[in-house]
Amino acid sequence: MPQMHLSRLAGWGRTAVSGARLLPVNDSNVAEAVRAAPQRGALARGLGRSYGDAAQNGGGLVLRLAGDAGGALLDIAKREVTVGAGVSIDDLLRVLVPQGFFVPVTPGTRFVTIGGAVASDIHGKNHHLEGSFGNHVRRISMLLADGSVAELNPALRADLFWATIGGMGLTGVILDVTINVIPIETSKCIVDTTRAHDLDHVMTLMEEGDDRYRYAVAWIDLMATGRHLGRSILSRGEHATREQLGSDNDGPPLEYSPSVLVSVPPIVPISALNRVSVKAFNAAWFRKAPLYRVGELQTIAQYFHPLDMVGRWNQAYGPRGFVQYQVLVPVGEENALRRVVERLATSGAASFVTVLKRFGAANPSPLSFPAPGWTLTLDVPAGTRGLAAMLHELDDVVLDAGGRHYMAKDSHTTPDAILRGYPRLAEWQAIRNSVDPEGVWQSDLGRRLGLIAAAY
Amino acid sequence: MQNSFGEPQTIVLLGGTSDIGLAIVRELESAALRHVVLAVRNPDSAEAQAAAAGLRSPKVEVSVMAFDAVLSDTHSTFIDSVVAVVGDLDVVVMAFGVLGEQSAFDADPAAAARAVTVNYTGAVSVGLAVAARLRRQGHGRLVVLSSVAGERVRSSNFVYGSSKAGLDGFAQGLGDSLEGTGAKVLVVRPGFVHSAMTAGMAAAPFSTTPDKVAEATVKALRSGARTVWTPGILRVVFSVLRHLPGALFRRLPLG
Repeated sequence: MPQMHLSRLAGWGRTAVSGARLLPVNDSNVAEAVRAAPQRGALARGLGRSYGDAAQNGGGLVLRLAGDAGGALLDIAKREVTVGAGVSIDDLLRVLVPQGFFVPVTPGTRFVTIGGAVASDIHGKNHHLEGSFGNHVRRISMLLADGSVAELNPALRADLFWATIGGMGLTGVILDVTINVIPIETSKCIVDTTRAHDLDHVMTLMEEGDDRYRYAVAWIDLMATGRHLGRSILSRGEHATREQLGSDNDGPPLEYSPSVLVSVPPIVPISALNRVSVKAFNAAWFRKAPLYRVGELQTIAQYFHPLDMVGRWNQAYGPRGFVQYQVLVPVGEENALRRVVERLATSGAASFVTVLKRFGAANPSPLSFPAPGWTLTLDVPAGTRGLAAMLHELDDVVLDAGGRHYMAKDSHTTPDAILRGYPRLAEWQAIRNSVDPEGVWQSDLGRRLGLIAAAY
Repeated sequence: MQNSFGEPQTIVLLGGTSDIGLAIVRELESAALRHVVLAVRNPDSAEAQAAAAGLRSPKVEVSVMAFDAVLSDTHSTFIDSVVAVVGDLDVVVMAFGVLGEQSAFDADPAAAARAVTVNYTGAVSVGLAVAARLRRQGHGRLVVLSSVAGERVRSSNFVYGSSKAGLDGFAQGLGDSLEGTGAKVLVVRPGFVHSAMTAGMAAAPFSTTPDKVAEATVKALRSGARTVWTPGILRVVFSVLRHLPGALFRRLPLG
C-alpha cells in the first residue's frame, strides 16, 4: 500500500477545513484501500474544485484516483471516448482537440476530473440545448461498497447509473467513464457579444435568442443598482469552422496549448477583492464590452475557461476564503430571480464573477441540479458582514419559488433546504442505501446536508 | 459540520448554566444550528431547565445532560454519549468553573482543592476527551474560557488565578497538539465579567458583560484566532503587568 498522509482539506472556496487521510490510489489498489477504510468511511476526491465541502471527509479516508489521459480510448466512429475518472478535462482536451473533438460539456474551469464531472453532473454554457454532463455519459464503471465493480449505463442498472450522476460521489468510486465527444473543425470559438442595460433586457434577449447559439451565458454587474440593476454582458458562441477562421489565422487550426498566464501569490494576508475594487472592476469591464459585436474569434481557453488563466485565483480572497452561491429559479418564477438580484445588488456584497444562465431540460438523475429555468452564480468573500444571514434569507426566496441549490457549490445551506429543493432525495437515498447499507461512502457535505446516514 | 461561515450545527456547552457560555451559544445561533447540549450537574434544576427553554425553538433541539466536572472518570463516556445524541461536535464551549473567595480558601484548604479540581483537573480530563473526539472527526472547535486572572496571579484570588493559569497553559498546549488535524482550540481571556458568578463583587477596571465576551469569542472563532482577550485592551494591560517587578506589582491596587 502507498503511504498515507494526514491532510487538511478544503474546497476551492477555502472555508470549513477538515482533516482526513489522503491516499493516492489507482484502479488496481482502490478496492483494497476502501476495505481498510476507518469507521468514518471513504470518498473519492478529484481536483478539489467544488467550492464547499463536497470532496472532504473529516476523520475518514479520501482517495485521490490516478489519472492518465494517455490511456484515453477515442472511438472516432462511435464519437465517444473512454477515460479514467481521475483524468482532468484539461488533460482530456489536450488529447481530443488536436484530433478534432471536444468534450460534450465543460464548466467554467478545465481543472475538474471526469469523475467529479459525473458526481456533480456539471453543466456548461450549452445546457439550454444539450443538457448537463450526465446527458452525455454512455457508461460508468464504478467500485461499489462491497468491493465489486459495477458496469452501469442508461439501460443496465439505470437507477444506480442516474443516482451516480449528480450523486456527489456517495454511491461509489467512479473508475472510468465513456462519454460522447463532439466534432470540431478548429480550436477557436466564434463569439457574439451584446450589452444588456438591465435584468429584464438580458432575460428577454436570452429567451428570444439563446437557442440560435450552442453556447450562451451572461455576466451580470451585480454592483449596479437602480435603473442599471442587472446590467449584463451577454456572450454567445459556437465552435468556429475552418471557413470562419479565415486566412489571417496562421498555424494549425486545431492547435491547443492553453497555459496559466499569472498566478496569485500563495499567501494573501487580506482579501484583495472588496467592495471598492470589485465595483471599479465591474464598471470598467461593463464599459469595455461592445454594445454589439459579432463574429469575434476567441480561443477555447479564452471563451470557456477565462479564470484558469490566473493560477490560484481563489487565494485572492484572502485567508477567510469565499463563498459561491449558485441557485436555480424555475421558469415562471422570474420575479423571485429579480428579488434575489435586487437584494444582492442593494446589499453591496462584492461579487466579482456573477453569471446568469438559462437552463434547458432536466435529465433523469434524482439529484441533478439543472432544470428548466435560470441559474444565478456569484462569488462573495466569506468574511462579508451580514452575508450568512442574507444568504439564508435568499434561500427562502429561492425555495419558495421551487428552486434549489447546486451542491457542488454549496457551503452554507441546511438539510431542510436540500430536502425542499430536491423532492426526489428519498428516492436517491433508497438507491444509494441499497448498494451501501453499511455507509462506507461518507463526506462532509453528506453529513452537513443530511444526504446520508452519517457514521460518527 | 460547520458551514463556510463558521456556523455550527451542533454546540455543546460544558457548564450549561454559565452566563457567558449561554451568551456564546446565543451568539452562535443561526439557520444552520440544529442541536444544543447543555451539560450541567443537575439536569432537573430550575436553572438548567430555564436555560434550555430559552434556547429551544422549532428548528433547534436542546438536550440537558448530566455532567459533573469533578468526576473525571466519567468524562470520556460522557463525550461518547453526547456524540450518540448529536453526532459530530462542531463547537464545544468549556464554561464551567468556580470563583470562590480567597479568604474562605485560606480558612479551608480542602475547599480550595475542590475548586481547583473543578477549574483545572476536570477541565483537563474533559478537554482531553473532547480533543480525542475532534481529532477523530477531523474538525471542530473547543472554546476554553480562561481568565486574565491566570495571566499574572494576584494575591486577592490566587487559588482561582492559579487554576486558570494552569487551565490556560493546558488549553494552549492542547491547541498546539491538534495542529494539522482540522480541529482547533480557542482560548478566551475575559477580564472582570458582570455575571451571576461575580454578583455583588466590586468591578475591576475594564469590566465587561457576557454578551460582549460572546461577541468577541464568536468573532475570534470565525477569524480562526487561537486566543482572544476581551475587552481587547487587556492584552496590552497584561503584557505590561506580566513583566512588572514583583515589588511594584504587589503595591498595585488590583482588588
